Amino acid sequence: MAVSKVTFRIQRFDPAVDREPHDQDFEIELPPGITILKALNKIRAEKDPTLALRYSCGSAICGSCAVRVNGHARLACKTQVSDCTTNGVLRVGPIGNLEVLRDLVVDMEPFLASLDRVKPYLVAGNGAAPEYERKQSPDEFLKIDPSTTCILCAACYSDCNVLAVDDDFVGPASLAKAHRFIFDSRDVDTADRMRAISEKTGVWDCTHCGECSTRCPTETKPLERIEEIRTKAMTDGFHGNPGARHALGFRETVGKRGLLDENYLPARSMGFLNLPGLLSLVPIGLRMVMRGKNPPLIPHSIDKVDEVKKTFARFEELRK
Amino acid sequence: MKYALYTGCVANGAGRENLIATRLACEKLGIELVEMTDAACCGAGVINEDNPMVADILNARTFSLAEAQGLDIMNICTTCQGIHRKAQRKLDGKPDYMARVNAELERDTGRRYKGEVVVKHFYEVLLNDYGLVRLKEKVVRPLTGLKLGAFYGCYATRPPEVNDLGNPDDPDELEKLIEALGATPVRYDERLKCCGFPIAMLNKENSMQLGGNAIASAQQAGADAMVTPCPLCHLNLDAYQPDIESRVGRKLRMPILHIPQLVAMALGVSKDAVRLDTHIVRPTGMLAS
Repeated sequence: MAVSKVTFRIQRFDPAVDREPHDQDFEIELPPGITILKALNKIRAEKDPTLALRYSCGSAICGSCAVRVNGHARLACKTQVSDCTTNGVLRVGPIGNLEVLRDLVVDMEPFLASLDRVKPYLVAGNGAAPEYERKQSPDEFLKIDPSTTCILCAACYSDCNVLAVDDDFVGPASLAKAHRFIFDSRDVDTADRMRAISEKTGVWDCTHCGECSTRCPTETKPLERIEEIRTKAMTDGFHGNPGARHALGFRETVGKRGLLDENYLPARSMGFLNLPGLLSLVPIGLRMVMRGKNPPLIPHSIDKVDEVKKTFARFEELRK
Repeated sequence: MKYALYTGCVANGAGRENLIATRLACEKLGIELVEMTDAACCGAGVINEDNPMVADILNARTFSLAEAQGLDIMNICTTCQGIHRKAQRKLDGKPDYMARVNAELERDTGRRYKGEVVVKHFYEVLLNDYGLVRLKEKVVRPLTGLKLGAFYGCYATRPPEVNDLGNPDDPDELEKLIEALGATPVRYDERLKCCGFPIAMLNKENSMQLGGNAIASAQQAGADAMVTPCPLCHLNLDAYQPDIESRVGRKLRMPILHIPQLVAMALGVSKDAVRLDTHIVRPTGMLAS
């Protein structure tokens, strides 16, 4: 079997010795078809037994071996070395947005605490417990099928762009977990869950960057779940927040003109009675006017806008 | 070469310079554009969440308009591009759903989406259709010495299934384009991150911090300016840059360019014609001369 030489550039950090993390190169010979996890264990066995990493099942089920490969979070056990090697080099580091304890091992507590914020358990109501089980039809289960596949690996948490700048954001894994119960036919706490998640730091704070779904090694795909929660928020009338107001304003202007009215939307998102919010828009507005960059005061409409208006006139009907 | 030009909302609003520069660049290259003045907003991810069916009807309508002209669509916004591709993938991949969307579209407009149109961004047209070798031959004012940091924008790279990048986790397409124009590409850590624009109205602190991190990262790597294929990234990084500076507590003064502006200038169009004067952060150094 052909053996290839690969340089693993691994981020090392031992809090007892190091002030800052540093990279260390390990050159190893690998047969084809080797996963990053197997290679890391080979490095531990043959080169340096002090290399710290976390893993268990080796089969993409337990979710404990997420690391960053070439800067992006992946499960070490599910990733082929050959897919990630450029010019014989591959970089491995700990996942992001969590404190490094040592080498590739991070403190998972903030991640687990973020899950607690969305009541990650079924609230089945006060009725008498059924004799055997609380049943679901296959169709009912299909709604939560993706979000039940989460293995809590924190790959999404690691690469979430919002968490990188805001520890308070509840995060993609928690929003997917919230989805799992919001859409569970047996759960009776839906309205409370939707109210809680509509608050600041919740579902509307996501920027749509797509990192979570791109890094997710399962079918959970947090961004898709976030989108479904937002659809439900708009459908069921959880509109009392800037995110929902922004969506309403978007709907109104596109439904009227076919295009977005960039003068109207910011004020609509802030809320027309929110004086400090409206005042906060003045500097940017003035800047745009000074440069002749402000959107036209009489907003532009597309040609044949009546076609689009017909569709928007059936907005609620088309939800079905 | 001829395309149906989908302008998107921003090019008719707060980012008109992007459309102006696109027209000028394409004129120099001999690329003919038919502006889709009857196409509606792509939904920008917002209508798509509010009511996925309505967004899919809107986009199917847009596709059908280009199909009626027998033209492929050229976008000048990666958000529009990403939304279009996502919509196509959803429709093309589910015949039953496409039939339902087409039935609704036909009811309102008499149109149908056939699944034939190809949607591409201006930079993809240059890279894949026009070709960088040909483009290089047309460069009359190479941007030699200019160090440019490409800022891809989320929709250009994610999700990976809906873009044509060779390696969406570490792309080099925009860097190659920058090189073809004679400038020097600068790679920096945050070049694939979110600019923060989608939450500028909803969580300004986070939005400004995201923008600040992106600009600081490009600056640290030595970029003279940043260039982006997304006018929404442009808005956040340029129009909001004074707010970003307040948030990060220092002056950044990073000029932000639209891709078509850069291309047009390298093809000999003046900086005045591509309306660099409308930018909040006025370009300095070589870009100002």
